[in-house]
Amino acid sequence: MNCLVNSSCNDQYSNLMSHNRRDFIKIGAIGSAGLLSAWKMAGASGSLQGGATPSQSSLPNAPFRTATYCEVCFWKCAGWIYKNEEGKIQKIIGNDEDENCNGRLCPRGTGGVGMYYDTDRLKTPLIRVTGADGKQTFREASWDEALDVVAEKLQKIKQEHGAECTALFTHGSGGHYFGNLLKAFGSGNIAAPSYAQCRGPREVAFIATFGAGLDSPEPTDIRDTRCLVLIGSHLGENMHNGQVQEMSDAIDKGATIITVDPRFSTAASKSKFWLPIKPATDMALLLAWIHEIIYNDWYDKKYVEKYTSGFEQLKEHVKNFTPEWAHGITTIDPSVITETARAMRDASPAVIIHPGRHVTWYGDDTQRLRAVAILNALLGSWGRRGGFYLPEKIEVPEFPHPPFPKPAKTWRDAMGGKYALADLALASGVCDATIPNPEMGCNIRAWIVNGTNLIMTLPDEKKTIEAIKNLDLMVVVDTMPMEITGYADVVLPECTYLERWDDLRVVHGRKPNIALRMPATEPLYDTKPAYWIAKKLAEKMGLGDYFKWDKFEDVLEWQLKQIGSSLDEMKRIGVKVFPRESGPLYFEEDMPIEFGTNSGKIELYSTVIAAEGFDAMPVYTEHMTPPPGFFHLNYGRAPMHTFGRTSNNPNLTDLMDENTVWVNPKVAKEWSLKNGLAIYLENQDGIVTDFPVKVRITERIRFDSVYIVHGFGHNNKKLTRAHGKGVSDSQLISRVLIDPIMGGTGMRGNFVTFRIAKESEVKS
Amino acid sequence: MRYAMAIDTKKCVGCSDCVVACQTENNVPIGYCRDWIVEVTDGTYPQLEIELRSERCNHCDNSPCVRCCPTGASHYEKGGIVTVTHNKCIGCGACISSCPYDARYSHPEGYVDKCTFCIHRIGKGLKPACVAVCPTKCMYFGDLEDPNSEVSLVLKKRKHKTLIPEAGTKPQVYYLI
Repeated sequence: MNCLVNSSCNDQYSNLMSHNRRDFIKIGAIGSAGLLSAWKMAGASGSLQGGATPSQSSLPNAPFRTATYCEVCFWKCAGWIYKNEEGKIQKIIGNDEDENCNGRLCPRGTGGVGMYYDTDRLKTPLIRVTGADGKQTFREASWDEALDVVAEKLQKIKQEHGAECTALFTHGSGGHYFGNLLKAFGSGNIAAPSYAQCRGPREVAFIATFGAGLDSPEPTDIRDTRCLVLIGSHLGENMHNGQVQEMSDAIDKGATIITVDPRFSTAASKSKFWLPIKPATDMALLLAWIHEIIYNDWYDKKYVEKYTSGFEQLKEHVKNFTPEWAHGITTIDPSVITETARAMRDASPAVIIHPGRHVTWYGDDTQRLRAVAILNALLGSWGRRGGFYLPEKIEVPEFPHPPFPKPAKTWRDAMGGKYALADLALASGVCDATIPNPEMGCNIRAWIVNGTNLIMTLPDEKKTIEAIKNLDLMVVVDTMPMEITGYADVVLPECTYLERWDDLRVVHGRKPNIALRMPATEPLYDTKPAYWIAKKLAEKMGLGDYFKWDKFEDVLEWQLKQIGSSLDEMKRIGVKVFPRESGPLYFEEDMPIEFGTNSGKIELYSTVIAAEGFDAMPVYTEHMTPPPGFFHLNYGRAPMHTFGRTSNNPNLTDLMDENTVWVNPKVAKEWSLKNGLAIYLENQDGIVTDFPVKVRITERIRFDSVYIVHGFGHNNKKLTRAHGKGVSDSQLISRVLIDPIMGGTGMRGNFVTFRIAKESEVKS
Repeated sequence: MRYAMAIDTKKCVGCSDCVVACQTENNVPIGYCRDWIVEVTDGTYPQLEIELRSERCNHCDNSPCVRCCPTGASHYEKGGIVTVTHNKCIGCGACISSCPYDARYSHPEGYVDKCTFCIHRIGKGLKPACVAVCPTKCMYFGDLEDPNSEVSLVLKKRKHKTLIPEAGTKPQVYYLI
């Protein structure tokens, strides 16, 4: 190893400039000539057949970088893939022009190389077969054979039961291709656990209040805020890159941070105020804050008068929700409640009551997020600098295809009229609709699962497995042998994001922008991009017209042309930022604004929620507390991991390879627990974790709670680094508190106790 | 010229991006690292404080590792950067034992390895990989002898400390507190 070897593949122009003349001539001889041609070469070589670049052996010493955007999490930061002199992928560096990352990827993005090099990857299509002894195994298959099996089974289900009896579960870039496949096939059951298991209640609450959801990345103007309020949201441990960066900027500028969490999170340690709240009582605190802001006249009167409706009703509604009332529920000192409300007022309108992201907690989540939205409205932060900016997105037209047929039924028909306010499909609902139930008119018989390990992403593992047992067909498309692959009839190995083209990244932001993903190398093993898999399946089912292109680059070239760019340009710059056309970033004085609500105003009193028969304004509901000997099961994220999808990544397991259970020292003393002791966790329903987990005794956790990082405790032995490391919180989440408004699955109503492991069971 | 680094413990979230960026930049094998994160929690619930910091070789002015190296593999480069010439290193490990910061490791290929402040990058005007990647921008790097370098400016403005100053090694990684 020699550090200087790497110098030829260093960042951007300085590296290019440092190259000697001979290198340029070499490149020039292959491409055209001159400095730019090095970039053009990078691009041109990527447009050869098969959607992959040629191997680097033909380009010795090339200062080669390939545009991409990250697929390790949903933030989708844009970056550059660099190779070493042997032509192997070495590192990924953020794209300076990208607003999501500002040239700085997070540890997962930097460690994305590990997804490519992970030798546990799925390598070839697999088909489930039953041997003469009745034992089921996977048999390696060719793509043609595997896709034939899928196409035939899907056609059979369509003939016998209707196309609407098929569903897609998805997370990530593949969702668009498989979604189009399913729509063309005649099904609208396209669900992502990122909705009903994560941010759904937030979207419904903000749409009900402001007539607009938050989407991703959330338009929080953290860089210019003077007060950031985090409620159970642990920025810094969840590496929502742009937000973490802006939080750091806000710290630099002296912003007040208020963190509400039973755990002393990293964010709490950066905060002026940490409110160590009793778990499950956040609503009481929010209502008391609303009370203080209204009854102390701390709200933005002009804003409230001009833009909102229902203020008088709200004022009456929160009359009795005093800090003293909330103290009895939350254990937070009344003077702290008042003082923090005043800090918000002092910063107003440059204040953000952060909506969080994973907000499916107790089943009254839409209402809790309504309280968050109302607070923001009272403080006038929506549409204001340092509050929430008005994001803009460029419209990129869909590549032409015939219109989709209208599905005969959708997942909604299986819900008996419930959850009308859900604006996206419920993954849990589709799962429920798979289990035969006489009340439901629709029983789903086939799942395509792409990039989401439903065993861990859906709560109540047992129920998920029961649903799967009712399926005639399950196809899993993934890069890794996640637990879900073990239940599949057919496994289709997808290549990683570093080896494929994908749709343009089109996200909203302060300015409209797009990012390109192109392959840095040929796919390893017998793996294929999702777009290719979807197209081939479509062709085999007579739906080829919906994917009428030869190479994926044709789609990109066509789309880019519509918006005044080109593939050549995008290969060179990776990210393109467009000027805003929708108007200013914030509301301006005397700007007439019509909000997308029934009243056209910001609805403090929600007419749409009232019309569905629910409380028009949030109320406090008491949630269960743990029985003696049990503790609230709190779970969260670690900055170097994305759910369970990275827990086998060699670079990232190197940083953290198992979770621990956080226990308060007083509790540890009572239970005679020692640091590092491996124990099992058992929940209120008698479910015991598959594996033991090591105890971490820390003052950072409340005495009535334990905490574990989500995404560990994998039980598939094919994940050689992750198998048996730590425990899975999903396994312990058997009590699911359904949000009656939109069907979100509240997961924080579970309690655990400790089971001391036998010495022989302790993993070394 | 005196290269130094300042790390803001008030901004660091301990995400370990500096660790993985160093690994991919410098081909550090999986299982080893040239930099790492330390978390120190003080107090009793709910009166708590956490200090998070990214640690690495301190590129000391008075480096015991350089003094004890029998072959001269460990040496000072321009700007006070301490590096190891791999093909001169016999892997005896004396430097590893002498370092009060435990900043060195034995590379599986037989030599001792550690942080170089990304000397191959700074020569080209780039920042060390850890500094360039940090999402919180909590790291500052530059020439202490230049009063206008970002590291000089931030050290002038902010209260700071070094690690184990009593060892007398004159470390050149500063922590803003």
